[in-house]
Amino acid sequence: MSDASKPAKKDADGEVRRIKAPVKLDYTVTAGLALSRFLKGVTAGKLLGQRCGVCSKVYVPPRGGCPTCGVGMGEQVEVKDTGTLTTFCIVNVPFEGQTMKLPYVYGLIALDGADNALHHLILAPPEEVRMGMRLRAEWVPPESRPASMEAIRWFVPTGEPDAPWDSYKEHL
Amino acid sequence: MSPREIAIVSYASLLAVPGEPQRDEVELLLPVVTEAVARSGIPKRELGFTVSGSCDYLGGRPFSFVMALDAIGAWPPIAESHVEMDGAFALYEAWVRLQCGDVDSALVYAFGRSTQGDLGRVLAQQLDPYTLSPLWPDDTALAALQARALLDRGRVSERDFAAVAARTRGGDADELVQRPYTVAPLRAHDRGTVADGAAAVVLAAGDLARKVCKRPAWIRGIDHRIEQHQLGQRDLTRSVSTALAGERAGVGKGPVDVAELYAPYTHQELILREALGLGEGVEVNPSGGALAAHPLMVAGLSRFGEAAERIIDGSANRAVAHATSGPCLQQNLVAVLEAAP
Repeated sequence: MSDASKPAKKDADGEVRRIKAPVKLDYTVTAGLALSRFLKGVTAGKLLGQRCGVCSKVYVPPRGGCPTCGVGMGEQVEVKDTGTLTTFCIVNVPFEGQTMKLPYVYGLIALDGADNALHHLILAPPEEVRMGMRLRAEWVPPESRPASMEAIRWFVPTGEPDAPWDSYKEHL
Repeated sequence: MSPREIAIVSYASLLAVPGEPQRDEVELLLPVVTEAVARSGIPKRELGFTVSGSCDYLGGRPFSFVMALDAIGAWPPIAESHVEMDGAFALYEAWVRLQCGDVDSALVYAFGRSTQGDLGRVLAQQLDPYTLSPLWPDDTALAALQARALLDRGRVSERDFAAVAARTRGGDADELVQRPYTVAPLRAHDRGTVADGAAAVVLAAGDLARKVCKRPAWIRGIDHRIEQHQLGQRDLTRSVSTALAGERAGVGKGPVDVAELYAPYTHQELILREALGLGEGVEVNPSGGALAAHPLMVAGLSRFGEAAERIIDGSANRAVAHATSGPCLQQNLVAVLEAAP
């Protein structure tokens, strides 16, 4: 609520030039049918996507509609929790609420079986991280998994040979 | 130069009263857009322009209209625009765009999930940010001030408010007027039922409209007028912007069979009827209007769609469509729809 009942502060010359009018609005948001299925899935350690019936692309997380075809998504598909790092950034800037020690890596991961990429933390020495690196999810233990992407703590390198460029060039 | 002939050729909507518990915006919108496009008979890829109306304050997240494009399938790239207003104002933009003459059709859609937040508090954010908004007056409080001013003018009564409610959402006016006030002089039935929803309309020009639709709802006139933002600077008992928009749109040039008016409150319907000069013979809000279901950002476009449907299905020859925006009928958009171009 605002402080409308309090007198506004005056500047040194006695004029009022500023007021504080804080705004707070509360919302109860529905994740939607598709995303709700995905979020229930991650609590069970599964990554669920949906395949578009027109272009056959698999989106993880699934969306309310296929963004290129504008149709409802079709069959549900479970994809693997392994994938390829398509692009990344090394975070060197501190900010409030940061949980990782600087510097750390944040990247875009094309999961095996998915036709889009999702972003997450990458736990690896920044100097070793590269495009095409193979990764796997490290899950939070089942009993403490939230219905969010934090059900996966981060992705870690699998040690496999890098994926070829052609296999992920669409997902940058 | 007279404006190019533009018509509404299809309409679809989905109203979730009193609210949609499961589907997100895209999931509400997709079936509606799909239906409107299918009914238009114009392949989606051939639509020349796309424009939407929505408001980020309803969902409390930025750029929600970008996510909503999932319901359209914007690939290959489309010519697309957005207004942070009711979809009716997006329809007006589409009408202007079609006047340019290089494209012949447009998809207009709107979505709003008004039940995700406290609508009274959300709407307080559209007020003057220095003197009014910090006081957090909700929409019902402001509407009640307007209703009180209207009663004080002496030509209508609280029973007249109840009669509007009884006609559009059922019940008996004599019984309704006995019910307790929510914010005097308004009662629960005087405020539209807050709802979630989506609506879509397809516009087509000239020969294309004639080709795809047996009885297109031709937009014979359309006009948008705005009054002062500060409530104290205008006469709340009259809607001069509606009167002017109605005059410019040509409402009085012929008999009106049906009018779909976006009146979120019962007394506002009375103000709008007077401003548009609609007599007793005019059927007003047979759809139930915004009183039966009030999804913000959608309710105005729905009025245009519902009025057009009456032309398209042959049950009316001349209709008035109206949409409002802002506190206490600040902005008003009026169109005349006719069976003959």
